[in-house]
Amino acid sequence: MAGYIVRRVLQAIPVLLGTTFLIYFMVFAMPGDPIVALFGDKTPPPQVIEQLRARYHFDQPFIVQYFIFLGNIFRGDLGVAFSGQPVSEILGATFPVTLRLAALAVFFEMVAGISVGLISGLRKGGIFDASALVMSLILISLPIFVVAFVAQFIFGIQLAWFRTTVGSGAPIQDLILPAIVLATISFAQISRLTRASVIDTEGQDFVRTAASKGLPRTRIVPVHILRNSLIPVVTYLAVDFGTLMVGATVTEGIFNVPGVGRTLYQAIIRGEGPTVVAFVTIMVLIYLVVNLLVDLLYAVLDPRIRYAK
Amino acid sequence: MPSNTNTRPDQQHYVAPIEETPLVAIDSVKTDGKPSNLWIDAWHDVRKRPMFWISSALILLVIVVALAPGLFTQVPPNNDCQLANSNGGPAGGHPLGYTKQGCDIYSRIIHGTSTSLSVGIIVTVLVAVLGIVFGSFAGFYGGWIDAVLSRLGDIFFSIPYILAAVVIMSVFSQYASVWVISLAIGIFAWPATARVLRAEILRVKNADFVMAATALGVSRFRILLRHVLPNSIAPVIVITTISLASAIVAEATLSFLGVGLPSSTMSWGNDISAAQTDLRSAPQVLILPSIALSVTVLSFIMLGEVIRDALDPKARAER
Repeated sequence: MAGYIVRRVLQAIPVLLGTTFLIYFMVFAMPGDPIVALFGDKTPPPQVIEQLRARYHFDQPFIVQYFIFLGNIFRGDLGVAFSGQPVSEILGATFPVTLRLAALAVFFEMVAGISVGLISGLRKGGIFDASALVMSLILISLPIFVVAFVAQFIFGIQLAWFRTTVGSGAPIQDLILPAIVLATISFAQISRLTRASVIDTEGQDFVRTAASKGLPRTRIVPVHILRNSLIPVVTYLAVDFGTLMVGATVTEGIFNVPGVGRTLYQAIIRGEGPTVVAFVTIMVLIYLVVNLLVDLLYAVLDPRIRYAK
Repeated sequence: MPSNTNTRPDQQHYVAPIEETPLVAIDSVKTDGKPSNLWIDAWHDVRKRPMFWISSALILLVIVVALAPGLFTQVPPNNDCQLANSNGGPAGGHPLGYTKQGCDIYSRIIHGTSTSLSVGIIVTVLVAVLGIVFGSFAGFYGGWIDAVLSRLGDIFFSIPYILAAVVIMSVFSQYASVWVISLAIGIFAWPATARVLRAEILRVKNADFVMAATALGVSRFRILLRHVLPNSIAPVIVITTISLASAIVAEATLSFLGVGLPSSTMSWGNDISAAQTDLRSAPQVLILPSIALSVTVLSFIMLGEVIRDALDPKARAER
């Protein structure tokens, strides 16, 4: 197990370096001189330009700048947003809100997706299964911002069950509607994955054995079928983390949730390049770490993975 | 010795007369039937499913609308806008009403079709080419080529492609066009295709026909091109159809976020984005282009589903 962890962590390092390098490269391929752009249409004295250039390490070669950037990230220094607030401070204030929203969304999509998938899988080819398939195809086709607007219009404005925007402090009852919207993206995938997995598990020998031992269906379904069907679903959650982050950006922007996503959304809209990059970098790092953790967790659950080369 | 017409004198066992056992049944290989393969089987499966015909008809309609918008509307989408009609309901000659700028919604939807479809097609071609080149080289040649290409794929795969496109588009905002946005989406979307193809090639490359071709002295590259690739392309076709849908959604999402196409370009994403401020008073301005977008995406996803079911016997069994 220790060997597997070490190997997996070592494998993650080149990917980590590569992704941060790519993001950094994209920003610095940016045409135009950022220092001159800072002054708008005024022309500053050359000494000032030189001083700023040195301060932001623009006088160094590209590769040196990259390593300075990397070092800063690992020290927790993510630069300063246009508002003058350090990015790490903004992140500290907004992250708990996003975490709450994401946890709520994952809870909704898991409960709904697994129940629908389980029923469809057990009654394969029935009316419920067919309508669940049509529903899931339609949900997959709806872009998240369309879902968000329609939900906001119907449940927020027409029926007025929920507030259309989230109040200060982001109380949990205000987060329910955004979380449901966020959950719709992955709900369809989770229910279909569960369905396929349930059908697969139902044909296994141990299910037949359980049935021939005379176990009641009420025990076979939750214990033998469902539990064994969940491994691919749990792995999918990690893969899907990227979708969740993009979805959170759009959903938080629309529902005005004071989280990481809305901050990124507003930075994009205002064209604050450096802030956008800092946030995307953080999101990619979180994504990598989550995937690493799930891989390790998966190895704990399933010994075959640990020993496979 | 019984006098049976069916036995010859020197024969010890009963043999049924030839008329009773037609040759076809003796050697069960049908020689008069048409040769079948994965593609013919898939076609026979697909044409029985209504979902295939519905999605194909919708896609055909979208293509016709994109190529010849003039067939569907005579109203110019941009020049004829009257602010007096802002967010107005349907009127004579304007069946879906007006946008906030007083432009005809129906006309804008019709003229925006080609934008979405172009982005979808350019991204899909880019993803297919990059995915096939990287995936087939990594899978077929293995060794250090595989190691390098797979790690490269991992790097691009680790950045969710919409986030990557957001960064690219906020950097190159002044160059935003259909081509630039397609490149921004496609350049980060290919690893999924490469991974699928690589896995499939690993499976196919040990088949007997590859060994036979090698024994005949066919060059490695020709084996890859003529024998391995055609036999492992099926999952790529499925994932490509679905990536066309994802690319259309990605363009709309970027335009919605304000880092997509310039507002002068007619695009469903731009129209949806522009209508969001008036959601309360004029929801139809936002919902109508959303319907066009969703139906287009849905038809490509349905087609992908049908093809997946037809090409994958396992999926057929689960149905």
